[in-house]
Amino acid sequence: MSSGELEIGVEPTESFLLTTHYSLLTTSLIDLEEENPMHQTTYHRASSVSEAVKLLNDADDGKYVAGGQTLIPTMKQRLAAPSDLVDLRHIADLKGIEVSGDKVKIGAAATHAEVAENAALAKACPAFCHLAAHIGDPHVRHMGTVGGSIANNDPAADYPAALLALAATVHTNKREISADDFFVDLFETALEDDEIITAVSLTVPEKAGYGKFPNPASRYALTGVFVARRADGVRAAVTGAGENGVFRAEAIEKALSSSFDASALDGVTIPADGLMTDIHASAEYRANLIAVMAKRAVQAANG
Amino acid sequence: MGIEGIGARVARKEDKRFLTGLGRYVDDMVVPGMKHAIFVRSPHAHAAIRSVDTKAAKAMPGVIGVLTGAELKNDGIGNLICGWMIHSKDGTPMKMGAYSALATDRVRYVGEAVAVVVAETRGQARDAAEAVEIDYEEMPAVTDAVEALEKGAPQLHPEAENNLIYDWEIGDASAVDQALDGAAHVTRMKLVNNRLVPNAMEPRAALGHYDMAEDHFTLWTTSQNPHVARLVMSAFYNVAPENKLRVIAPDVGGGFGSKIYVYPEEIVCLWASKKTGVPVKWVADRTESFLTDAHGRDHHTEVSLGFDADNRMVALKVDTIANFGGYMSLFSSCVPTYLYATLLSGQYAIPAIHCNVRAVYTNTAPVDAYRGAGRPEATYLLERTVETAARELGVSPAELRRKNFIREFPYQTPVIMNYDAGDYEASLDAAMREADYAGFPARRDEAKKRGKLRGIGMSCYIEACGIAPSQAVGSLGAGVGLWESAEVRVNAAGTIEVLTGSHSHGQGHETTFAQVVASRFGVPLEQVSIVHGDTDKVQMGMGTYGSRSGAVGASAIVKALDKVEAKAKKIAAHLLEADESDIVIENGEAKVAGTDRTLPWFQVALAAYTAHNLPEGMEPGLKEGAFYDPTNFTFPAGCYIAEVEVDPETGHTDVVQFVASDDFGNIINPLIVEGQVHGGLAQGIGQALLEGCHYDPASGQLVTASYMDYTMPRAGDLPSFQVSTTNTPCPGNPLGVKGCGEAGAIGSPPAIINAITDAIGNNDLSMPATPQKVWAAMRRNQ
Amino acid sequence: MAEISMTVNGRKVTGTVEDRTLLVHFLRENQGLTGTHVGCDTSQCGACVVHLDGKAVKSCTMLAAQASGSQVLTIEGLAESGELHPVQAAFKEHHGLQCGFCTPGMIMAAVDMIRRHPQGLDEKTVRAELEGNICRCTGYHNIVKAVLAASEAMSGKAKAA
Repeated sequence: MSSGELEIGVEPTESFLLTTHYSLLTTSLIDLEEENPMHQTTYHRASSVSEAVKLLNDADDGKYVAGGQTLIPTMKQRLAAPSDLVDLRHIADLKGIEVSGDKVKIGAAATHAEVAENAALAKACPAFCHLAAHIGDPHVRHMGTVGGSIANNDPAADYPAALLALAATVHTNKREISADDFFVDLFETALEDDEIITAVSLTVPEKAGYGKFPNPASRYALTGVFVARRADGVRAAVTGAGENGVFRAEAIEKALSSSFDASALDGVTIPADGLMTDIHASAEYRANLIAVMAKRAVQAANG
Repeated sequence: MGIEGIGARVARKEDKRFLTGLGRYVDDMVVPGMKHAIFVRSPHAHAAIRSVDTKAAKAMPGVIGVLTGAELKNDGIGNLICGWMIHSKDGTPMKMGAYSALATDRVRYVGEAVAVVVAETRGQARDAAEAVEIDYEEMPAVTDAVEALEKGAPQLHPEAENNLIYDWEIGDASAVDQALDGAAHVTRMKLVNNRLVPNAMEPRAALGHYDMAEDHFTLWTTSQNPHVARLVMSAFYNVAPENKLRVIAPDVGGGFGSKIYVYPEEIVCLWASKKTGVPVKWVADRTESFLTDAHGRDHHTEVSLGFDADNRMVALKVDTIANFGGYMSLFSSCVPTYLYATLLSGQYAIPAIHCNVRAVYTNTAPVDAYRGAGRPEATYLLERTVETAARELGVSPAELRRKNFIREFPYQTPVIMNYDAGDYEASLDAAMREADYAGFPARRDEAKKRGKLRGIGMSCYIEACGIAPSQAVGSLGAGVGLWESAEVRVNAAGTIEVLTGSHSHGQGHETTFAQVVASRFGVPLEQVSIVHGDTDKVQMGMGTYGSRSGAVGASAIVKALDKVEAKAKKIAAHLLEADESDIVIENGEAKVAGTDRTLPWFQVALAAYTAHNLPEGMEPGLKEGAFYDPTNFTFPAGCYIAEVEVDPETGHTDVVQFVASDDFGNIINPLIVEGQVHGGLAQGIGQALLEGCHYDPASGQLVTASYMDYTMPRAGDLPSFQVSTTNTPCPGNPLGVKGCGEAGAIGSPPAIINAITDAIGNNDLSMPATPQKVWAAMRRNQ
Repeated sequence: MAEISMTVNGRKVTGTVEDRTLLVHFLRENQGLTGTHVGCDTSQCGACVVHLDGKAVKSCTMLAAQASGSQVLTIEGLAESGELHPVQAAFKEHHGLQCGFCTPGMIMAAVDMIRRHPQGLDEKTVRAELEGNICRCTGYHNIVKAVLAASEAMSGKAKAA
């Protein structure tokens, strides 16, 4: 075989995607010579954010790892090969979930299971817990973290929809970034290379709900819609469907602004333009799912 | 009889090791000095190999050897073969293309092995595999069997013009055409039976060890039939003569057909062990399994079923194109012929049947038997067609079936099979009762109120298992006999070891076979051990596939038990000074009937081995072997009824009720039989709803090459099943048993699709009925 | 290379492994605990499930180095003094296993599931909670039965204690 390049049936423009595109991974596109175990890497365990930053900056081509539930499989597939891994899971400052009044702050290293099971959060924003309880499977939820998920910005991940719909704020070791600015494109965020997410914060919405239609095989979101009614209006964000990752669905927001009821979405159609097509779902089918999942999200929100 | 004999619901003897993590699978085996193999595989669906350069790879750290197909050929290792000869209707033999364990000049599917690297660690072997430089010249590929037959399609093998392996037929074509012409109604359908990947949870693995001192090979392998593997590797692949090759299949983590075949990796690990001088282990990862395990099904079929004015079936005409992949796998040829077309009569009296099958090469993984093998394809087409006919004729699907059932046995079908026994109405009635068939309309109306579309679908299947007798299958082209062997060794203190040529990879032989023995002598189950899976222990056997272990394997044990019992009776009669005909052996003792004179079983055994006081001229010892060759197949049959609810907004289908009523004849262990049915149902429902192997038609890349894209049935996709059995004992074997391993996978797919199409009111739906497809079918209604 | 130490099945173990070594390989190859299996490459089949500090995780989806300093429980450590754990016993009684390959992960997942649902389980919950464990043999029917039975037996035991 000619080299270790990702050459099988892949257009050059797609090769970037293949390096990170885990949920959309089509396995045979992996060069067959490059199978797990992963390439060599050097593991570091950081005990503080500043130590982590230093470790990363000292590395040749390092990467942060928290729960590792996406990064480790990606490395096993040799779709990523960082020279160094800096483990953030043991940094005390990144842990914990605080709910005080209508303010919620979730540490970046909180696991999906911790989010799903947090009693105070369940009271403040049950939709957020519901979403977390439906990521991956119980074992993955024990390891995977909020910060790791949003830093990866997988176009079929669940959290991005919640953060965008809730107008959440992403806190890093350097700044605060609004969700609107944070999710840039497929697997692309506003984060700089050595920037670490420390927490996400949000204001408790009046009502919120999440409707997810899982990919039958991978169980990532084939389409997921998070709707939230807040004092300043209704926001609806869609994951799993868009060619460029998570996005806000204006038609849905508009319809729900006049009446936050599932019936308000009757007759609302979503154009298929800009939606993904793969073996599991055409763009047209995803467009349908957006409308349907939005309705179900509203129904859940209205409980 | 002991309480744990035939018919008892005994928890499995073999469970403890699996429950405690002490099962021993091939990947758990460690041999001193063992090194690791990684295969270099084709990234192309179709390409010529211009050159293979191993120089750089050989220089990599830890590398012990890098071996190629040219060297394999040089060493006289033979090509892989298909062991069942099929002749086309013009009399010509099937066209078998050359299949080398390591490709030399051309690759024909993504994942085909081209070279192997042996290194100190798996990681080093992987790193070095990347450094093997292969210069490919890409060629156009074809993955669809229908397209592969078209003019101008890429050609795979010089031996097979137009990619056609054989063009075979069975039945009377003109009688069928005539009957269809005169039929009052003809139902016509085009059906696709989707390609599946078996996905045993344990990936395939092989550990080859060449012992230079003895010039002897040992292979630990994930096989359903280690003896067949040894035979084939000796007789056809020239790996080693049989007396110099030991094949061990230890605990094997599921097979479902995919571990019947001898694969390139097993041959190469043995050969590479001799070449490199180290034991060589290879373990597939899941993507390798997807790419290289023999796949199942993949048929395109056109079918016509004619009825007279009284709705009785008059003729069935079937035309099938079967995708064989890039090479002919070991038993591929018999699947769409003798395991498929011969079952097309189903449970129905159809006077005329004709089936034509074209087997075709494509640039995909080889296709062979997968749980059910041919019978699911036959059942799907027949039961989809019958259900459709009932809708077209405006009659009840149950009553249309009932009207056409075969009711007298033995029944000779127009397609070879001679059904020995059955009571199809009994299964149908039992299933309809269990499913509360009559109450369905109320359940449908209730579901409608919840916004769900509820549908009901039925399937009445028949299958044939325990392929036999050997003489008959030989006359049909089989390269092997399909008997089974057993040896019963009674130890001196009365415990019993049974050596069987069957192989358990989940079926529970260690329990059911022991129950057969315990029943015979009334000894406790713990005193019976079953030995299998090692050619050094069991002399010869045919293995486990085609639901044959009970009907054929256990029958061989019964025959050996007959011999042991006869000798034991002679010994007991001698010691008890009674007539041999008065001796009964039960409850762990031999006794003189009608008296209180008894001899404990262990004393009979001991007497056989002390040999102090045996009948005149009797040899010492109590050990007997037997080979059992059945007189016919067994014919399990049953009725399955599925109820589904479809979400009209998303197309998602929930299987809300599944009833299975099976006739397996007599049952040795109901707990285990139910488990076999459950597993089969999950695979059948998986085929109908979830599983579809998808190759990209342009590139020939396997798109569904991991669990990210290939939908495995999970617990949440399935309901709890309502299973029950009816019983017409099989007259052909001593236990009256039939096979139960495949029925679930055979009968369930049409029941599911019939239910969904009933729910959505659109009959145009193919498997797997994914939410997207069901949604699209509903949209076509509008 | 990474120096790692952890407690496996109550025993303190140490080792020097490549940083890239997965926990599952450390357990199987360095510790000889071959009950933990590898059935896929994409963190889905669950044959590799072990408990890390009391919680079920996929040992194929973490480095051995990530687990350093933790308590690990594998299938081999579940039965105490030769007596099957109630979940193991229930799998046997209800024929919740056939080929046995997925069984260790399935049992470790079930033990974790029962721990997280002290109030008890119903069929729907068990099926949803088995999302991360794939079995090809049993159709899950008897696995679900076994988990429900074990959950009941264990809560009964807890109440009696």
